[in-house]
Amino acid sequence: MQETVSNAERQEIAEELAEFDKAVNAPNRVKPVIEFRDVYLAFDDKVVLDGISFNVRRGETKIILGRSGGGKSTIIRLILGLLKPDAGAILIDGEDITQFTEEEMMAVRRKIGMVFQEGALFDSLSVYENVAYRLRELNVEEEEIEREVRRMLRFVGLEDAIDKMPNELSGGMRRRVGIARALVGDPEIVLYDEPTAGLDPPTARTICELAIKLRDLQDVSSIFVTHEMNNVEYLSSEYATVNEKGEVIFEAEGEKLCLINTEVLMLRDGKIIFSGTDEQLRASTDPYIRNFVFGK
Amino acid sequence: MNPLIKFIFELQEISLLLWRSLRSLFSPPRYPAEWIRQMDLIGVGSLPIVLLTGFFTGGVLVLQTFPTLEYYGLQSESGRSVATSLIRELGPVLSALMVSGRIGSAIAAELGSMVVAQQIDAMRAFGTNPVRKLVVPRLIALISMLPLLTVSADIFGLIGGAIVASGIYNQEGSVFVNSARNGIEFEDIIGGIIKPLFFGLVIGSVACHKGLGTKGGTVGVGKSTTDSVVVSSIWVIIFDFFLSKALQYLLGIGRI
Repeated sequence: MQETVSNAERQEIAEELAEFDKAVNAPNRVKPVIEFRDVYLAFDDKVVLDGISFNVRRGETKIILGRSGGGKSTIIRLILGLLKPDAGAILIDGEDITQFTEEEMMAVRRKIGMVFQEGALFDSLSVYENVAYRLRELNVEEEEIEREVRRMLRFVGLEDAIDKMPNELSGGMRRRVGIARALVGDPEIVLYDEPTAGLDPPTARTICELAIKLRDLQDVSSIFVTHEMNNVEYLSSEYATVNEKGEVIFEAEGEKLCLINTEVLMLRDGKIIFSGTDEQLRASTDPYIRNFVFGK
Repeated sequence: MNPLIKFIFELQEISLLLWRSLRSLFSPPRYPAEWIRQMDLIGVGSLPIVLLTGFFTGGVLVLQTFPTLEYYGLQSESGRSVATSLIRELGPVLSALMVSGRIGSAIAAELGSMVVAQQIDAMRAFGTNPVRKLVVPRLIALISMLPLLTVSADIFGLIGGAIVASGIYNQEGSVFVNSARNGIEFEDIIGGIIKPLFFGLVIGSVACHKGLGTKGGTVGVGKSTTDSVVVSSIWVIIFDFFLSKALQYLLGIGRI
């Protein structure tokens, strides 16, 4: 009797595992959202990217670490098609964008939200118009625009600032408006270019929480360029979930869990010198990586 | 880089920018609201300085030439001398130089700051072509507004001249007006409108090119701004010579 029950249980567990396996390996999950194949780029005689290959799966966050001027932001500019690689291929949703013209890139860019280093808000436009920018370009109706802008500003907690001009905002607020602007139109890919640089720790934490929410609750794929280790800490050890009251809460992965949707990539002199989880990063014996991670 | 190669390279860049602007006129999006806004900023905004320049230039022309004309007994022709020099040369060139100082610098500084603050990248990332949204409206505004500004400067110059002639040299007002009217041919007026069309194009394309090509942070913005004014002013003066020659040939302006 005892054995049959455990057999049934076993059966159930096996079925659940199979389902989980199916979900994880569903075709749209297996196909990388962003793929770099042996990408080279040089400015004059300075090699910026020297044979970079990696991919980002759906719902995954790739943290790109590296020293300033190490080609981190260049990767983001390549994905947006603001730069073209000298050799290699870049695929977005399985589409090779390497040879795309500016007009063809416009369609690809619509899938991508981009958070710039200092926010890069348009100074001459109000917060409302900044966030609405992309929808205006698509000739969306005013009512729809207003609803969407308010929704996004609520998401970043800045609905009160809707009528302000960018120069009235603090650095952290500008960054958050930048995030709201990037998220309009629910892009499936969000790129962050050092979103927390120069911000105080609590504000930096807020920005990371926004990124975690997008990753865990909205299945957004992203690349998070940074050189700050506490960003890595937050992004790779916490996850967002909704509690029984319907509020978003953040939980630590703890000892039993391991987040598989966040990976770290480390660049040095245009080459990838590390790729793996944050635990592997911390366990690395490479002196350069240890120096970067522990600061000594 | 060799200065000559650098120059040819820049010329190529400017030509490409103009070509892209021209091509983008034939397909949407065109941002007409932005065209109007720039016309207001560039045209209406520059009106006071251009009118003042015209007024005092016309005045000083009479002030300086009247005694010489009087020496030859030709003081009744002072209106003619002011009208021809203003409408053919000084009106278009001085207006263009004033606009290049006021607008050329503003365009280069604005676009340059946008480049430095990554706003141009942001624009492209959000699906806007910066040539359509930023360059075309400014070019259109300059090309359409500069001729109008020039005509206004010409008129104010003639008024300034008339005031000096009658106020300082006690010339009969009607003498001045008649001589000015007799001195101006229809071709002069056409020529005086054709020139600023080209000057607007020169100022706009140089300023946009310099602004969008800004490199190296805030220092770069300063350099772009200076370059924009210097280069466009020089080109206006060089262009003026060749345009005058071409108009002389095509319309017979200034040949007696």
